[in-house]
Amino acid sequence: MDIYLPIANLSVNALVIILLGFGVGLLSGMFGVGGGFLTTPLLIVYGIPPTVAAASAASQVTGASVSGVLAHFRRGGVDVHMGLVLVAGGVIGAVAGAGVFRLLQQSGQIDTVIAVLYVLLLGSIGGLMLTEALGAIRRLRTGEPPRAGKRRHHPLVAALPLRWRFYASGLYISPLAPLILGMAVGMLTVLLGVGGGFVLVPAMIYLLGMATSVVVGTSLFQILFVTAAATLTHALTTKAVDIVLAALLLVGSVVGAQVGARFAARAKPEYLRLALAVMVLLVAVRMLLGITWRPDEIYTIELS
Amino acid sequence: MRRGALLLAAPLLLGAAKPVLVPDVSQREIEIAYSFTGARLLLFGAILYPRGRTPGEEARTDVVVVVKGPAQSIMVREKEKIAGIWINAERTRYRSAPSFYAIASSRPIERIVDERTRAIYELGLSSLQLSPASGAVAAEQARFDRGLVDLKRRSGLYYEDPGAVEITDDVLYRAAVTIPARVPVGRFTAETFLIQDGRVLAAATREITIRKSGFERFVARSAERASFAYGLAAVALSVAFGWAAGAVARRL
Repeated sequence: MDIYLPIANLSVNALVIILLGFGVGLLSGMFGVGGGFLTTPLLIVYGIPPTVAAASAASQVTGASVSGVLAHFRRGGVDVHMGLVLVAGGVIGAVAGAGVFRLLQQSGQIDTVIAVLYVLLLGSIGGLMLTEALGAIRRLRTGEPPRAGKRRHHPLVAALPLRWRFYASGLYISPLAPLILGMAVGMLTVLLGVGGGFVLVPAMIYLLGMATSVVVGTSLFQILFVTAAATLTHALTTKAVDIVLAALLLVGSVVGAQVGARFAARAKPEYLRLALAVMVLLVAVRMLLGITWRPDEIYTIELS
Repeated sequence: MRRGALLLAAPLLLGAAKPVLVPDVSQREIEIAYSFTGARLLLFGAILYPRGRTPGEEARTDVVVVVKGPAQSIMVREKEKIAGIWINAERTRYRSAPSFYAIASSRPIERIVDERTRAIYELGLSSLQLSPASGAVAAEQARFDRGLVDLKRRSGLYYEDPGAVEITDDVLYRAAVTIPARVPVGRFTAETFLIQDGRVLAAATREITIRKSGFERFVARSAERASFAYGLAAVALSVAFGWAAGAVARRL
């Protein structure tokens, strides 16, 4: 079933795009990652121009997050207070990121910067998550009691002034910490065209020390608003949001997100984290090969 | 009296000594709608020889058809391995490279005309006038030209199809040119050349307009002219989809 995309200027197989959306939606419901880090590269591999892919994937992440956020809200899994601080930071970061994006685009180095950032971020976070998840699973197998259930946040976070109480997260920390985290993630959203969940979730667990029950829901909450802002920014600046492509992705991903959320409620969290870690590392390796192996295309064309 | 008549008739006779092309295309307008996967353009016509005499075996005529898309100003970048990773290093700007270029001929173009004629009429991928904007060294320029043409060729936007023009009884010709779905919209030209002994005897041009229609046109226009509303619509669409799926899933 071929459908013409009016902004991307090419026709695609609608079923392939819907299935792609479904797969990504499944992951977003299960892990609380937006899935943009998979959608954007996959769309580019399929032949969609990179700017259109990044701009349209952002709106797909918005849709997948809505159903995810609603599902988590009903289970009381969203810390709205914390989420709003993160969103505020995210919007500031997105605006700053747009400026950096333009500079890099003019010098022609945006592709390289994106790829290197992907490798560094996904590689380090994936590695961190893998060791953590493997440790948790080993303790689970040997029946050893889990580490004393005392959550701790990073000493740097504890050093920040102005403490607020975040009840749902079970934290008494400075709002500057989530604000800065939100800014960093907002910047990534614009630069990499991703929701930033794969950075946000581990940072919330390991840096802020949030209660794990609200981590996924709150990260989806932040992703929802920041990707919506990113879609608007793209519509105004690059004009590369393809609403037909977004709709096709959405059809698949919102269904996938529901299935994923149900699956997550039943699966063991240690194994979910292991699966996410492996997937993140695979994408990192793929990106690393992409910049170190001789690329298929030495030349690239860009309208000027 | 007889002399005067001859003088009057001379220009007519001279003009009639050259064959005339009567070309046409199957579609003057190609509309892009939701199921557009490309178009097949049929270029056909007749060759009118003076006094209806076809040239026969000894003076074979060839027909070459060139379809060109609107010219674009583009930047071509070249990747190079620096410190272990491949990054964009050199770059060249082209002021007006055709967005689409297809050439169909009745024989391979190299056997029809010499290099000079090919360059004059831009016949063949190796004879395109790409009008580079930067004053690079000739060798480097040629490298970029090859890179650009090769990339366009593999994406189906530039191609040569020798033997695609069929000539029936030395009078009627026809050629099919495939236009892929990823061409830009705009004004395309279809040029037909009648060539004999390496010389272009006649040429004729027809224009074809490719444009988006209906819903596709509306979407493209809204994105361009009402960007903010378009962005809001995209966000609203995503939220509505997500909410609807959530509402349905709760019922199940």
